[in-house]
Amino acid sequence: MLTVAEVERIAQLARLALSEEEKARYARQLSAILDYAAQLAELDVEGIPPTATVLAVHSVMREGDDVVAGLPRTDALRNAPDTDGVSFIVQATFDDED
Amino acid sequence: MLTVYAARERLRRREVSAVELTRAFLERIHALNPRLNAYLTVADEAALAMAHEADARIARGDDTPLLGVPIAIKDVLSTRDMRTTAGSKILADYVPSWDATVIARLRAMGAVFLGKLNCDEFAMGSSTENSAFGPTRNPWDETRVPGGSSGGSAAAVAADLCCAALGTDTGGSIRQPAALCGVTGLKNSYGRVSRYGLIAFASSLDTVGALTKDARDAAIMLRAMEGRDPCDSTSVEVAPIDVAALERGLDALRGLRIGVPAEYFTDGMQPDVEQRVREAITHLGGLGAEVREIRLPRTPLGLPVYYIIAPAEASANLARFDGVKYGLRVPGSDLIETYMRTRGAGFGAEVKRRIMLGTYALSAGYYDAYYIRAQKVRTLIKRDFEQAFTQVDVIAAPVSPTTAFPLGAKTDDPIQMYLADVFTLPVSLAGICGISIPCGFDRDGLPVGLQLIGPAFGEQRVLEVAHAFQQTTDFHLAKPKLNHEPGIA
Repeated sequence: MLTVAEVERIAQLARLALSEEEKARYARQLSAILDYAAQLAELDVEGIPPTATVLAVHSVMREGDDVVAGLPRTDALRNAPDTDGVSFIVQATFDDED
Repeated sequence: MLTVYAARERLRRREVSAVELTRAFLERIHALNPRLNAYLTVADEAALAMAHEADARIARGDDTPLLGVPIAIKDVLSTRDMRTTAGSKILADYVPSWDATVIARLRAMGAVFLGKLNCDEFAMGSSTENSAFGPTRNPWDETRVPGGSSGGSAAAVAADLCCAALGTDTGGSIRQPAALCGVTGLKNSYGRVSRYGLIAFASSLDTVGALTKDARDAAIMLRAMEGRDPCDSTSVEVAPIDVAALERGLDALRGLRIGVPAEYFTDGMQPDVEQRVREAITHLGGLGAEVREIRLPRTPLGLPVYYIIAPAEASANLARFDGVKYGLRVPGSDLIETYMRTRGAGFGAEVKRRIMLGTYALSAGYYDAYYIRAQKVRTLIKRDFEQAFTQVDVIAAPVSPTTAFPLGAKTDDPIQMYLADVFTLPVSLAGICGISIPCGFDRDGLPVGLQLIGPAFGEQRVLEVAHAFQQTTDFHLAKPKLNHEPGIA
């Protein structure tokens, strides 16, 4: 059973602010889902390769860029929560002293 | 019931104009959508503008496969200048500046976009109840769910609110709602259709496809969308669908080997679902197919594997919703707190649940035990199908263990909700193709779906079998009684 403290740690990693009620509910529900997933631990998967993609693709060198027009600034900014018409306005990542 | 094929024939013969057709659909949408909540955005003006343009092209003698045909789009696909919400509060006002590749292709072919369709938030769900904009109701019984996550698409096709609808399928999100609403839904092989411009859920599983009124329309829609796209490195070029070859009809079934997996008929399933599916398989046998029992022993593992892998990928994909460049922003005292408040307020309960689950499965100390182990079992599930397809050509099975369930019946129990997809998840994990077609009704008159599964890029044969079934049955022609009959001839 996940504790509320573990739920808080995961929520911090996932950048999710949760209410106390949500923390309690997710502790219960995530535990139930992880219990269900525990059946995977009982299987013998020795020597079985993991599947990350079903396609038989492999990395190739890019053939070279085609020069195409980028997104116009007005289009890039049209959904901005806060903008001065030139930039996205966001909070500072570092203090002035940093 | 107006199919894409029939609409195109009538437009070509100038029996109806694209504008007339579009107006008729819009009128019907405005009459019925307040009850069904299938559409989140009805694009009256844009649709009529597209219809006028289509009529001008028709007048010039243009004849592309979708020219002037009104369709609708699941709201997880980016549409230029048309609001795209992904069913989420966090994107409630988002208007894309570009089209998804499939949208650009359909636009170039002259399709008319009626609007955007409701779905579970970020396509996470099996009932469309996870939409931030309220659930869609099942046209066959408005107290029941339409399935999900493409529930708006399935309801819109079933209620004749469009000729066809785009959907997406990550773990069953086209097939399961198609079954619950009595329409046809093809989940394409991973890589057959570009994902560029699809708002990502689980990138190794996401596929784009269509929900339609019959298998021929499914072929027409796939032909219009498929093919390599330089913007999606996982898209592949394969031999295109041959729509005309569907008319081979019953020849498709002669000597065809159909496998019936014992693991898809479980004790917990609704008895009349099993009965209808078994009758459908008997019908295919009667048409000349050879039916034999097969084993897919890892079937029950699909659910736990999926609910590790898909949330893990989702937790990474949804990291982009941070309130910086687009979408909701809920300011906090510093940047981290702004991220946390924005995401805490912007995402709904199921999306947060899956982000948490995925974050946990990818976190230090759990990565090998959950994520890598799930990927290894995914390999075993894929091998099950590869083994089966050495013995049979097509696999026939139920789509969902039950017909449409009542609204609210499973919203408090995530695992019960996840079990609705137990028969569709393995196909998604294996990256192969499967179609849901109507095969009858339960005792309450609710539709039952038959799933026909093919190997990777085996859509042609699956469509031929589905078409042959529909040429000899009329389940796909049945319509819900909506007590509203204007408009669409």
